[in-house]
Amino acid sequence: MAGLLDVVKFGKKDKTLETKAGITPQRPWQPPQFITCKKCERRATRNNWLKSLYVCPNCGYHQPIDGYYRLSMILDSGTFRELDEDIKSKDVLQFPGYEEKLQNQRRRTGLNEAVVSAYGKIDGHACVVCVLDSRFLMGSMGTGVGEKVTRAIEYATDKSLPLIIFSASGGARMQEGIFSLMQMAKTSAALEVFSRKGGLFISYLTHPTTGGVTASFASLGDIMLAEPEALIGFAGPRVIEQTIGEKLPEGFQRSEFQQTHGFVDKIVPRSEMRATLAQLLRLHEKNGGRRK
Amino acid sequence: MIKDILQMEEDLLRQMEELKGDERPSARLRRRQLESDRKELLATCTNLTAEDKVFLARHPKRPKIDEYINALFTDFFEQKGDRANSDDTSILGGIAMYQGMPVTVIGHRKGNTLEENMAYNFGMPEPEGYRKALRMMEQAEKFGRPIITFIDTPGAYPGKEAEEHGQGEAIARNLMVMSGLQVPVIAVVTGEGSSGGALALGVANRVLMLENAIYSVLSPEGFASILWKDASRRAEACEVMKLTAQDLYEFGVIEEVIPEPLGGAQSNREELFENVDASLKKALGELTRMSGHALVQDRYDKFRKIGQ
Repeated sequence: MAGLLDVVKFGKKDKTLETKAGITPQRPWQPPQFITCKKCERRATRNNWLKSLYVCPNCGYHQPIDGYYRLSMILDSGTFRELDEDIKSKDVLQFPGYEEKLQNQRRRTGLNEAVVSAYGKIDGHACVVCVLDSRFLMGSMGTGVGEKVTRAIEYATDKSLPLIIFSASGGARMQEGIFSLMQMAKTSAALEVFSRKGGLFISYLTHPTTGGVTASFASLGDIMLAEPEALIGFAGPRVIEQTIGEKLPEGFQRSEFQQTHGFVDKIVPRSEMRATLAQLLRLHEKNGGRRK
Repeated sequence: MIKDILQMEEDLLRQMEELKGDERPSARLRRRQLESDRKELLATCTNLTAEDKVFLARHPKRPKIDEYINALFTDFFEQKGDRANSDDTSILGGIAMYQGMPVTVIGHRKGNTLEENMAYNFGMPEPEGYRKALRMMEQAEKFGRPIITFIDTPGAYPGKEAEEHGQGEAIARNLMVMSGLQVPVIAVVTGEGSSGGALALGVANRVLMLENAIYSVLSPEGFASILWKDASRRAEACEVMKLTAQDLYEFGVIEEVIPEPLGGAQSNREELFENVDASLKKALGELTRMSGHALVQDRYDKFRKIGQ
């Protein structure tokens, strides 16, 4: 029996990135055939959305996408190797209803946690990539996400590889209380070691990046990139409006706002994502004047 | 409920105040009577619920950072400003002597009156406050001074300018730099430690907590409103969040619980400061024997194992 299970498990692990991302040549993604844009509310065929990498063909709205799909967009074909796939959050506080919620999310998304981490190559450059997935409990950071991100950073430190993290998160995961908060310190501490050893960290902010993720690893990139119009901030807009008692202006805390205020190097549309990452990896391949 | 007990205590204290200076035998007897009543009353303050502790942690008369500095340190020299654009008064810090050793002391600052609290923004720092703290910590490392922080904040200020000036980045930077400091870092949670705004002063080798202090991912009100969209369920939130010093000690998130006088920190300051002093002395004694490298490794391991 154990032998049979091993075979099944092996088969599952052997899935290519394309199947994990749900893209097969016969059936690009899944039905329905038409998708309505959340921003401009105009419809376009799924095929057109797919061609534009899930950016609205009409208005340029960047629809949130899931982890594997994003990895399939940037990694060289056949180089994907998933890291720490089996790590899950624990119900550390025995929080009422949390375990069921986790199981629901796992069933619904096919993910164990709100982050996918992988080793792969971009335009021939080996690197470690983490992608937070906002479908899984809003991409919130509990012990599972904190542990996976920390391990990815430590792996990159060990192997002297560049690190890229795509953030998309509502912040700390409330159901894990203080343990969630401490993941902020854990991930930041791992980045400190990585940085001290000369590692390159590219932080790529996508919609939405808020709370404890903004206040830890997401803000600590050597290079800070953002997708257009992503909401990026520490406190949520609703909390700020309640605190100051006034409406926030249009565009507050969006990528463009963050760039104007000095927190983002470049706003990169999805179509240029892979090329920009390749350029940055190329620019960091040789370390200029410093002798090892 | 602790709230009712403390109200009764206040009553007794007022009566005692009225009799002050009255040296007639009857008045003296009455005073002694009141004093023993008060002791008896405070003795009932055991088995406090999490909600009671939240109440005590936020008690308006709970000692603030300036009192701790006066009681525990000598020769305090306050340092102001972030060296970029302003001085955030919700963070108080500077250099002082402790046990014959220069140290850097930093903490959230709450006031005792409404005016003071307005001036200190109720202990809710803006990014400038965290950058001021960071600057002081980096300087402490330069001069080899141990760092002692006092945590007491409802959280980082969720304002418009705070966001424009990078609240998230400021907190993140503190977490990263603190984890690599080559000097001993001790954090004492004295009141409420809420969210990243508290943790930004909390990446320490030893985290000590007063018996009735709380430390959590968010305030119970915020927690209830995010999770259940209903801020009025705060009592329930207090229980499920596991935010008391005793819970966190069991989880291994903090190293020590510092006992408070009966009835809470505000009821006997002398006793409280003695307890804090003893714990600080012990923690610092252990840490000053370690090398810079060992301190960094010790801090890394401490946070690395949480949620592994």
